[in-house]
Amino acid sequence: MKILVCISHVPDTTSKINFTDENSKFDTNGVQFVINPYDEFVLTRAMWFKEKQGASVTVVNVGNATNEPTLRKALAIGADEAIRVNADATDGYFVAKQLAEVVKNGDFDLILAGRESIDYNGGMVPGMLAGILDFNFVNACIGLEVDGNTATVIREIDGGKETLNTNLPLVIGGQKGIVEEKDLRIPNMRGIMMARKKPLSVVEPVSFDATTQSIKFEKPEAKGAVKLIDANNVGELINLLHNEAKVI
Amino acid sequence: MSQDLFQAPDYYQLDDLLTDEHKLVRDAAREWVKREISPIIEDYAQKAEFPNQIIKGLAEIGAFGPYIPEEYGGAGLDQISYGLIMQEIERGDSGIRSTASVQSSLVMYPIWKYGNEDQRQKYLPKLASGELMGCFGLTEPDYGSNPSGMVTNFKDKGDYYLLNGAKMWISNAPFADIAIVWAKDESGRIHGLIVERGMEGFTTPETHNKWSLRASATGELIFDNVKVPKENLLPKKSGLGAPLGCLDSARYGIAWGAIGAAMDCYDTALRYSKERLQFGKPIGAFQLQQKKLAEMITEITKAQLLAWRLGVLRNEDKATSAQISMAKRNNVDMALTIARDARQMLGGMGITGEYSIMRHMMNLESVVTYEGTHDIHLLITGLDVTGLNAFK
Repeated sequence: MKILVCISHVPDTTSKINFTDENSKFDTNGVQFVINPYDEFVLTRAMWFKEKQGASVTVVNVGNATNEPTLRKALAIGADEAIRVNADATDGYFVAKQLAEVVKNGDFDLILAGRESIDYNGGMVPGMLAGILDFNFVNACIGLEVDGNTATVIREIDGGKETLNTNLPLVIGGQKGIVEEKDLRIPNMRGIMMARKKPLSVVEPVSFDATTQSIKFEKPEAKGAVKLIDANNVGELINLLHNEAKVI
Repeated sequence: MSQDLFQAPDYYQLDDLLTDEHKLVRDAAREWVKREISPIIEDYAQKAEFPNQIIKGLAEIGAFGPYIPEEYGGAGLDQISYGLIMQEIERGDSGIRSTASVQSSLVMYPIWKYGNEDQRQKYLPKLASGELMGCFGLTEPDYGSNPSGMVTNFKDKGDYYLLNGAKMWISNAPFADIAIVWAKDESGRIHGLIVERGMEGFTTPETHNKWSLRASATGELIFDNVKVPKENLLPKKSGLGAPLGCLDSARYGIAWGAIGAAMDCYDTALRYSKERLQFGKPIGAFQLQQKKLAEMITEITKAQLLAWRLGVLRNEDKATSAQISMAKRNNVDMALTIARDARQMLGGMGITGEYSIMRHMMNLESVVTYEGTHDIHLLITGLDVTGLNAFK
């Protein structure tokens, strides 16, 4: 089985978020980047397939050279090789187009991606990728077994779970549940040393004009101070809601 | 203990001075400490017990001899990587960092630098994997800052050396499989000997009732007519310079480690100061608390720069012992001051095991004393700049 794990390079959740260029670009100054947590869950599942069932694991990222440490970490965790598509990830469709080329060239059977990335939270890439490739697709995946050409997949649905069978080639949009947090791996020294020697190839993007463009980002308004009104003073509460908050 | 919410301060974007591999190594150690040390350390410190189960994990993150070449089971990393690993481990606890420092700098380092090929092959891979644990015997009950006065000695008996004496304040002694012991030969010259647990006449009683480094095992080494095979002598260096070379390596690691303890205290105090309300506002809004926090981050930033530059010098094999002394002294003192100020900021909560600060503060009382006391390092700097010896 040839597995491709799609990895996004995202700001750590504790990062301070700011924008530059008249609020049209994310300010990366001083920001720590990590493997997208959703992707880390599926990467860990890929390691399980590699070790228990025998599979090769390739990781891929669409981005510039500053993203390479994230791929190198994936190699240190145990992926066999890495591919970086040398282009800014401008929008979901652009990324899906680039990934589709990597899949076609690499003849992969199973494509694992996080169901969304925690930076822009588009949640589009896995579905678009499956659409472009005409592969089967299961999103919000919380359980995955593969036996030969058949996959048994559990996905989260409103208020419950659905178990279904499908065939490879398959695209999975995964999340916590496909493995648990305690299963996530910290790269060990042996892995970091081996990662030095593993191939990280850079491929040029296929020509494709992005169809969307970010114009402006805005941060949510800061929370205001809380006013506590005594339960016996309903008149004051109504007065404030009507005249100050202007919501009634 | 509360959940580990640690966020490392990097006020001057010093990460830009590190390579991608430095950051990968550091972040792996940081994650490991969050997962494996933070949840258990308070409990082990309270019950004054070393958590044996972490040895394998320490080995896996490269805490044992990261700069030892790969052919001997090390990771072949540079000195900055070693420093960063020590920083992250001490962010968890100075006692755990002490175990790693001893194994790396005081056991593996002398075998690598002063041992012969057979000794390297026999011990280093097992020390790197944690299969063997080691300790280092230099300090004696009557010879601390003045190690050259040591009385531990060995006599050449033809087939073996006969070792007699005692060492004190030895980290890892109670569980160590081997000890690097510094002792005088019949001419009074200091040599290193590898003493193995199980050799007749060799015992390692534990030192109890410590108020510091409680999650680290400390003990004595007692040699009562121990027959040490001749092949266990480290042949490539003798004299006081041999153990002092090990101490240079360990002190360098401590200069980084202390930053970890300081960062944890600062980060805890900063978070607390924004949550704790008095007089209707967060205590972080008061000038006296801001003064403490501002001074803490200033001192941490200076210490980070000092350690990084020293790491570069060590990578280039240019760092002097005196430069290492300065960094050890400055950074440990910095951490101890920050721990005390941070403890004050947390008020009563600062004395409980809910927070790591008082444990760090108590640990640092050992760190400021061992591997050259605070005062002795001052004299080393004094000697270096004046050329005049004020030790005796």
